[in-house]
Amino acid sequence: MADTEAPPTPMDDTEPVRIEHPVVEFLRMYLRNWAAIAGFLMFMAIVFAALFAPALLQRDPFEMVWMPFSPPGKDGYLLGTDNLGRDLLIAVIYGARATLAVGASAAGITIFIGITIGSLAGYYRGWVDEVLMRITEFFQVLPPLLLAMVLVSLFSPTLPTVAIAIGVVSWTGVARLARAEFMRIRELEFVKAARSIGSRDRRIIWRVILPNALPPLIVNAALTVGVAILFEAALSFLGLSDPNVMSWGKLIGDNRDYLLDAPWTVTMPGVAIFLTVLSVSLIGDGLNDAFNPRLRER
Amino acid sequence: MKFLSVILQRLFYAAALLLAVIVFNFILLSLVPGDIADTLAGESGGASAEVMAEIRRSYGLDRPFYVQLGTYVAKVVQGDLGKSYYFNEPVINLILERVGPTLLLVVTALVMAILIGTLFGVIASKKPNGLFSHFVTVLALVGFSAPVFWTAFLLIVLFVAMLEIMPLSGLADPTTPRDTFAWYLDVAHHLILPVLSLSSIYLAQYSRLARASMMDILGSDFIRTARAKGLGDTAITYKHALRNAVIPVITIAGLQFSHIFSGAVVIETVFTWPGLGTLAFESILRGDTPTIMGILFFSAMIVVIVNLLTDLAYRIVDPRIRSARNA
Amino acid sequence: MDATTPLLEVEGLKVEFKTRRGIAKVLEGVTFNLEPGKTLGIVGESGCGKSMTALSIMRLVPIPPGRISAGSIRLKGEDLLQASEKRMRQVRGKDISMIFQEPMTSLNPVYSIGDQIAETVRVHEGLSRRAAFDRAVEMLKAVNIPAAEKRVNEFPHQMSGGMRQRVMIAMALACRPSVLIADEPTTALDVTVQAQVFDLLKELQEKTGTTIILITHDMGAIAEMADRVMVMYAGRAAEEATTEQILTAPKHPYTQGLIACVPHMADKPPPERPPLTEIPGVVPALTDLGSGCSFAPRCPHAMDHCHSQMPQPQELGGGHRVACWLYQEGAVA
Repeated sequence: MADTEAPPTPMDDTEPVRIEHPVVEFLRMYLRNWAAIAGFLMFMAIVFAALFAPALLQRDPFEMVWMPFSPPGKDGYLLGTDNLGRDLLIAVIYGARATLAVGASAAGITIFIGITIGSLAGYYRGWVDEVLMRITEFFQVLPPLLLAMVLVSLFSPTLPTVAIAIGVVSWTGVARLARAEFMRIRELEFVKAARSIGSRDRRIIWRVILPNALPPLIVNAALTVGVAILFEAALSFLGLSDPNVMSWGKLIGDNRDYLLDAPWTVTMPGVAIFLTVLSVSLIGDGLNDAFNPRLRER
Repeated sequence: MKFLSVILQRLFYAAALLLAVIVFNFILLSLVPGDIADTLAGESGGASAEVMAEIRRSYGLDRPFYVQLGTYVAKVVQGDLGKSYYFNEPVINLILERVGPTLLLVVTALVMAILIGTLFGVIASKKPNGLFSHFVTVLALVGFSAPVFWTAFLLIVLFVAMLEIMPLSGLADPTTPRDTFAWYLDVAHHLILPVLSLSSIYLAQYSRLARASMMDILGSDFIRTARAKGLGDTAITYKHALRNAVIPVITIAGLQFSHIFSGAVVIETVFTWPGLGTLAFESILRGDTPTIMGILFFSAMIVVIVNLLTDLAYRIVDPRIRSARNA
Repeated sequence: MDATTPLLEVEGLKVEFKTRRGIAKVLEGVTFNLEPGKTLGIVGESGCGKSMTALSIMRLVPIPPGRISAGSIRLKGEDLLQASEKRMRQVRGKDISMIFQEPMTSLNPVYSIGDQIAETVRVHEGLSRRAAFDRAVEMLKAVNIPAAEKRVNEFPHQMSGGMRQRVMIAMALACRPSVLIADEPTTALDVTVQAQVFDLLKELQEKTGTTIILITHDMGAIAEMADRVMVMYAGRAAEEATTEQILTAPKHPYTQGLIACVPHMADKPPPERPPLTEIPGVVPALTDLGSGCSFAPRCPHAMDHCHSQMPQPQELGGGHRVACWLYQEGAVA
């Protein structure tokens, strides 16, 4: 509201203002949010499990350890066994590796392509913008999962292919966001100042504008990781990933026909995907609130 | 007059985009290791170099790249998407058979997500710190984080296995005679779970979006004007605020249509829904490249058409766009 | 109603806001009367309570965090603070209308201006769509919008700020309200357009006899428009008098300061007028007002007891009221 008589009083600025380092303020805001802390701890736990559990456990997730379809908790198998008598707990722990590795590298590719294209388009405007935005629109028209399926099937179902395919189909959102931020920031005074002292374009893009565009991009990056993990899960669920690597989506895909008889074989790996993406989204929300402290107060 | 020229310009853009998709398809195909001769030869257990060359000639693969490209584009433009390796039938026929169920699924899910999502958002915005508002926040998080096929499986376990009130899969019960009233009801019955699973993600997102944009708009100057005019809460919420709040939802829904289409691919395979998604999935397993590429092109076309329609809807809801583009 | 009976009586109005720093006393006992057909100007710096007074009359104070804690607002004898929300909806737009500072954002962007004017009429007078639209055209003509029949179908974004403010005025006057509250109606407009809007308001007032409350921080607008003026400071009326009294013989040091801030107040500035000045300091925080006069910290004439005790409004004769120790009986001037 354009109300000049809003209750917060004009004396506000006469009080001594504590000046905080932005990083300190950011951390303080983030740590005030219990959901964000929970998300962070959960994600770290999953990452640690993926990194170190295999070395500690020394097990083969494909090994048949017991009779198939043993329900959770029975016979000493916490999550039960699946259609091939594999220990679901072990399979879920090992599955975290592929899912996280593909998810993280796909997100990296997505963000790299997105920021590159978005920043060039937003900074140079004109015909560069035209061309890059037409390319972006082109990729927005192709259903991303379908295109990823086609790419993986046409080339080879290996983890790098899957990661690249996911990256290629999902960068458009990042590019649009980066472009909008660059277009906004390039008009601000400090960018004009940098240009007036003769800074090169490359310096202005990477050293002047990008750092200021980072907050929304970082928040978006967290969501991108979540989306990439979901993509990986969907592809391996459909059997379009490396058949020799255990992953959560593959586990669900392998057991989907037994859903009605042994629902845990499908729901348990699903819980793992859900919790991982949930933790990433909580981190994203927390980052968003920490970067925009004013939004929280209303 | 201006409006017409805007429409024409949009159509031109759309055509150019589709042309680009065709070219992209062709390039993708030519990048793939191995060609049709290899595939056919592989199927018949090997062939001599002469036979291979003969096959290549008959498919025009011996001609220069640009000629092949030109031929391909010309064919696709005329609606010829090639022949399926598996069915030995024109791909376009296969697609046209399957497109109905897919559109039914996708459009129902989208409309539901927009309507219910907006409604949830509006209710939540009335009490920003109320219970329902928190529910919407949690719903959005859960909807975003749950893989769509997993949601589908959970719904199946609940409604099919435990409650036994929903059918497991398919478009309709095969024993129901087609195109009768009972059949339509049966299709609607079969549609419920796929639509619920598919729309859950977007419903969650849209309710959060609608909540945020409603809260934003309820604090704006023109809402104060409406109050000063003596309007009641209902008129303010549903007439003045809602129409403004729905604009970002339509924008996002339009942008996301290709994602919803993607989700449908997964959902269709889960429920063996006889649409383009199952066809695409099965064709990938069968290595039926012409069908796959045909579906890719056809889906792009649907997305382009939906984008055109969104653009139109947008103009109807938001007069600012109408004249900004007209001017 | 005879000309001296007040149309609107505001008495002892108190409004509080809950903030993170405690309770802000936004209005602290505001009292004034409105004579039919006249214009009351309310002036003061940002945050002095001008707009809050207007919103209280409309009962549009956001609750929570706001709260109208005391006082009465009587429209033709009916206390609006006791009225039901349903009754208030009848009052708003029909008996009391309001126009706002920001014509650019105060109209709904997705409805045509005709729709928005007609809506008011349909809500209050139950007119048919057709008749309400005719009224909209008529009102657009009344506020001197050229080609009204055509422009009635236009959308806010197709009009300039001045045009939009005319539309706001047309909308506000469509049901012939007895009171029009204009909250800084020209602040967001160009200077030339400002004059046009004021001329229009005066013209319409002469035609319809509407009573106007003009909220502004612009003493020039006051000089042109107002019959009486209330000067507000920190949620209280510092001084209230006829426009002439305020401009030529301001009593309260704050009013004197306000007038000294404005160049060329009268056509011929009296030679003894002090040079253009500013009032030192800022408006105090409304959360920690002490017991003394809230202007005391900035007042050039402040005395010891100014800091400890709040002066009460004092009638100086001729309807001139001022709340200042300088004029209290027994105080040393």
